[in-house]
Amino acid sequence: MMLNRFSTYLYLRPKVVLALLLGPPLLYMLVVYLGSLVALLVNSFFELDGYTGLISRQFTLATYAKLFQQANLDILTRTTFMALMVTITDALIAFPLSYYMAKVASKKTKTLLYLGVMLPLWSSYLVRVYAWKLILAKEGVLSWFINLLGLNGPLDWLLSQPGIGGSSLALSPMGVYIVFCYIWLPYMILPIQAALERVPKSFEEASSDLGAKAGETFRNITFPLAMPGIIAGSIFTFSLTLGDFIVPLSLGNSKYFIGQAVYSHQGTSGNIPLAAAFTMGPVVIMIVYLLIARKMGAFDAL
Amino acid sequence: MSNEQTAVLFSKVCRYFGDVKAVDSVDMEIREGEFFSLLGPSGSGKTTSLRLIAGFDRPSSGNILLYGQDVSDLPPYERSVNTVFQDYALFPHMTIGENIAYGLMIKKVAKAERENRVTEMLNLVQLTGMEKRKPSQLSGGQRQRVALARALINNPKVLLLDEPLGALDLKLRQQMQVELKSLQKRVGITFIFVTHDQEEALTMSDRIAVFNQGKIEQVGSPAEIYEHPATEFVAGFVGTSNLIRGERAKRISGSDATFSIRPEKIHLTTPLEEGPDVIYADGSIRDVVYLGLYTRYLVELDGGGDLVVVEQNLHTTSMDVTLLKGKRVHLSWKKHHMRPIGG
Repeated sequence: MMLNRFSTYLYLRPKVVLALLLGPPLLYMLVVYLGSLVALLVNSFFELDGYTGLISRQFTLATYAKLFQQANLDILTRTTFMALMVTITDALIAFPLSYYMAKVASKKTKTLLYLGVMLPLWSSYLVRVYAWKLILAKEGVLSWFINLLGLNGPLDWLLSQPGIGGSSLALSPMGVYIVFCYIWLPYMILPIQAALERVPKSFEEASSDLGAKAGETFRNITFPLAMPGIIAGSIFTFSLTLGDFIVPLSLGNSKYFIGQAVYSHQGTSGNIPLAAAFTMGPVVIMIVYLLIARKMGAFDAL
Repeated sequence: MSNEQTAVLFSKVCRYFGDVKAVDSVDMEIREGEFFSLLGPSGSGKTTSLRLIAGFDRPSSGNILLYGQDVSDLPPYERSVNTVFQDYALFPHMTIGENIAYGLMIKKVAKAERENRVTEMLNLVQLTGMEKRKPSQLSGGQRQRVALARALINNPKVLLLDEPLGALDLKLRQQMQVELKSLQKRVGITFIFVTHDQEEALTMSDRIAVFNQGKIEQVGSPAEIYEHPATEFVAGFVGTSNLIRGERAKRISGSDATFSIRPEKIHLTTPLEEGPDVIYADGSIRDVVYLGLYTRYLVELDGGGDLVVVEQNLHTTSMDVTLLKGKRVHLSWKKHHMRPIGG
């Protein structure tokens, strides 16, 4: 009886239902999520007193001045460049696969491919990174295979290049790049596949009916309509690469990425303000990236 | 009629999907400038036939000729036909103007020329000044017109329409039927129109091909199809028909060949005068459905079997007709309204 009256009460007041449903997640978003972002922003305007090792809670731009020192700028550009390369590579790999899944594959093949894309996500990220470390190691399976093909000459040449090389694939920026591309690939495939799924077959047929060859149809219809998916995927791959510290820590050389910088500054040195300022880097880069994407019309089809 | 050119010719065209014969050895000739409808229930092969003409699909065997040229293996972009899709397939990321100009843009027609032609087409379909809008800002009827303009701007030799009115409500659909027909007369292009709505096909077509299970049952003008159905299927699918066969046919007409008679040809409240060309049957009214303009009666004949009879409510009211339920009736009809099936 009580329950019935309660149901009726809710039925007549949809706004109360909405408030009950949306209240908790909104509260969480505001307090925990945006709140911590604001805390970061505020902290980045404080400064670590080098003498006492305490944080002086007074507005200053000194921390940002430190961020723009050459060594720290290098970290920012190195990470951004890596994120850009990983994003472009993943988009190039993901698009044909997503297209095949969305438009060509039979239902059964599609399910299998789906499973193939999702399966790695079921295992621990750390395990996968270390597995790759073994694959890429000097005595690893990849080296063995390259040896088999007689390609160790070109590999050694690549590894001797400054900037991307190292003692082995497992300890070089190239290794970091390969593992990043692998690890974030599903986050690029799924949104592109979803976007392509929403493009009805009749659009491509209509374009072809109006005289467009396959390439023209792709350029004028399919690609622009898949663009929101590519942007969504690239937001994942780009921002995940910007913030990650496990992969460069396990596979990289002594040259830091943003994630490693944040990790070390907030750890032993206790320089929370500089760590926070470093974190603002990816936030600003992402905002700029999204503005450029919008300017280029990436969201027109949304 | 016979000196008109053939626009589309199907010669023994088959299209199989696995074991399903979607189109099963169809021969069909569509003449230049006519409004030709492919009519049939869903899964009868009419849409597949249209897609074969457009080039979205290729025949498993047989040939399709477009103005004498075998196009069976040509891709859609090499055929001078255009299609109006069931879902309109307007490109959502382009404006109405860009949608309509798409075919010309692909052909690299100069921009100024393109804009002139778009304005011209928008006037033709009565959407003047809409070029800057997006498809999502248009109503169903307006999108329909844009789809038409986008196809017609290319001056196709044949325009294919795949149930284009299916998504519109009744009033708008009836209005568009009239508009489409008059548009077709103005532009003089061959229209091939797929529909499952027999009334729509009868309203608009010069000729109709009735499809059933991948085969054509009959091709003819609306009047021929309605008044002389060639098969039982056509008699049943186009309008309502009473089929009289076997013993009953023999009792009524003296021959056991199957006959069809349209419900509106049977007189119920005011019987015809006796004569050599008039046929009678007695029965009782089992069911009465009052439909405003007319009333539908279900009459159980004395010798067994049912007849559907439709009469306009010229002198009767809803009250009168409901009282008729269960009453004895004396039905009569002219002998020549009984059509031998397949004759």
